[in-house]
Amino acid sequence: MDTQKKYMHMYLHNRVKKWSSIRKNIKLSYQLYIIIALPLAWLFIFRYIPMYGVQIAFRNFKANKGILGSDWIGLTNFIKFFNSYNFSRVIRNTLIISIYDLLVGFPFPIILALALNNTRHARFKKTVQMVTYMPHFISMVVMVGMILQFLSPKIGFINQMISMFGGTKKDFLADPKYFSSIYVWSDIWQGCGWATIIYLAALSGISPEMHEAAIIDGANRFQRMLYIDVPGIVPTITILLIMNSGYIMNVGFEKAFLLQNNLNLDASEIISTYTYKMGLASAGADFSYASAIGLFNSVVNVILITIVNFLAKKTSQTSLW
Amino acid sequence: MIKLTQNSYKKPIINNHLKLSAVDRFFLIINDLLLLTALLVVLYPIIYIVSSSFSSPTAVSSGRVVLFPVGFSLKGYKAVFEHKLIVSGYTNTIFYTFFGTLVNLVMTILAAYPLSRKNMPGKKIIVVLFSFTMIFSGGLIPSYMLNSNLGLINTRLVLMIPNAISVFNMIIARTFFESDIPEELVEAAQIDGCDHMRFLFKVVLPLSKPILAVLALYYAVGHWNAYFDAFIYLSKKEFFPLQIILREILVLNTIKQTLIVDPVLAAARQGMSDLLKYSLIVVSSVPFIAIYPFVSKYFIKGALVGAIKG
Repeated sequence: MDTQKKYMHMYLHNRVKKWSSIRKNIKLSYQLYIIIALPLAWLFIFRYIPMYGVQIAFRNFKANKGILGSDWIGLTNFIKFFNSYNFSRVIRNTLIISIYDLLVGFPFPIILALALNNTRHARFKKTVQMVTYMPHFISMVVMVGMILQFLSPKIGFINQMISMFGGTKKDFLADPKYFSSIYVWSDIWQGCGWATIIYLAALSGISPEMHEAAIIDGANRFQRMLYIDVPGIVPTITILLIMNSGYIMNVGFEKAFLLQNNLNLDASEIISTYTYKMGLASAGADFSYASAIGLFNSVVNVILITIVNFLAKKTSQTSLW
Repeated sequence: MIKLTQNSYKKPIINNHLKLSAVDRFFLIINDLLLLTALLVVLYPIIYIVSSSFSSPTAVSSGRVVLFPVGFSLKGYKAVFEHKLIVSGYTNTIFYTFFGTLVNLVMTILAAYPLSRKNMPGKKIIVVLFSFTMIFSGGLIPSYMLNSNLGLINTRLVLMIPNAISVFNMIIARTFFESDIPEELVEAAQIDGCDHMRFLFKVVLPLSKPILAVLALYYAVGHWNAYFDAFIYLSKKEFFPLQIILREILVLNTIKQTLIVDPVLAAARQGMSDLLKYSLIVVSSVPFIAIYPFVSKYFIKGALVGAIKG
């Protein structure tokens, strides 16, 4: 009898405790929701409403009819884009720039990081790091301004050097065949130093004991770099390479647009600049058509990133999600 | 990344306790030459611009600047500071950078803190909703239509509100809160009767100075260099940030004087316009390059946290 009462009491006590803890939990998480309310509202308005609005890609959007009032035309805009002269041009240009950038630009930070890791002069290393990180902070407008000044046929120092060595000055930006190289090599100049950071971190994670053991085994510095440092950063290299290739259809608007002129358009018109021109810049701006191009690009990007993420997961157990 | 200090401490031991062989010495020389090349390749254009900006207009237009300023003059800087649009652009950019970063920080923390707490119901869904926007978006035109419907076009707000949160930075902050503000600390505070909001302001923020510095720097650089949104959404000259003015002068070359027939005058004009460009490049890039050496550790920290998470 007495034990029963005791159990009863304990049971009730636990129930009450449990309830009060749930109540308390609700009360506390309700505070968390108040804190996150503003960011959530922002997320829905500025990120999800545009996703709802993207349906105009399938409609013949007329501003006076609104999104839902405009006629549904299905895939017409997409078919129009696939059949247009510009389709192959913008896809080709986008891919040329991004693949060129990926293949040529990728090894530079690795080499620079290995060299920084090898040098014995701490001060020198710091200086090289400091200087090569700097261009990362230059804005794209200024970067393009610099490119234009340096390549200028009249006063640019690159043309001055060419004529000094007996060559003829060229207006590089007026010729489509130089466009991708200008784009990629200036990217390397601007981003190479900054990109070493992650490799340097990976290199500093390599255990010094490995180097000590290798020294005892008579390995020289070059061999140690080749057989200890390089394998040590291969996982980082793999994951970055895989991830970067997920973005090959995702070339940013700014640089290509700023470097564009009527003479190099054949090589410089990429998906993002074309979308902008169709939707906002031309006299007969077509919101629906431009949205269709943008949506096509977004969907391709999602597919690529998903594939790449899957590959990354398989090879290195690292992934975006 | 933590091992960095440990390693730099251990390295000299390896380096010093054995004498260098000839092969090693050769390798190190090649290695340092490579670094020197990288240094010079990056440094030369920067020096060239700075030197040009301090040269005389004729030296610039005749291409006589090679390394050091030729015919030292401050005419370029004088022209920059007399140019009305540049001054207003600079002021606007300071405004956007300051208030934009403030909005970014507040919103990022308000999102990151709740999502870092273990027992927040529905947390997973919210994280997915945020993360999804990193790989898919409605795109340029639907966003433009939204901002237009909200009446944000041609207002200063359009540069601060639509991009109030960078999901990437939010995840960095969340990771920091998860690892550095342990759940036990929250529980202890709650036992003492401190609710989440008080806890956020009184405990989390003071403990999060390093991550706040990283975020503020990242956002601030973003605002300072941003060009696209202003280009799309603003047409009123008095709202233009510096980058738009820079584009007009550096890229579109609007100060080119084609009507001047006199060749001497035209050359002087051209020289002056190029000089103005060099000075402008220096003036517009100086703030972050100048503070960079003092805050580089925060930037690098941010780059690493981001890289590990992303």
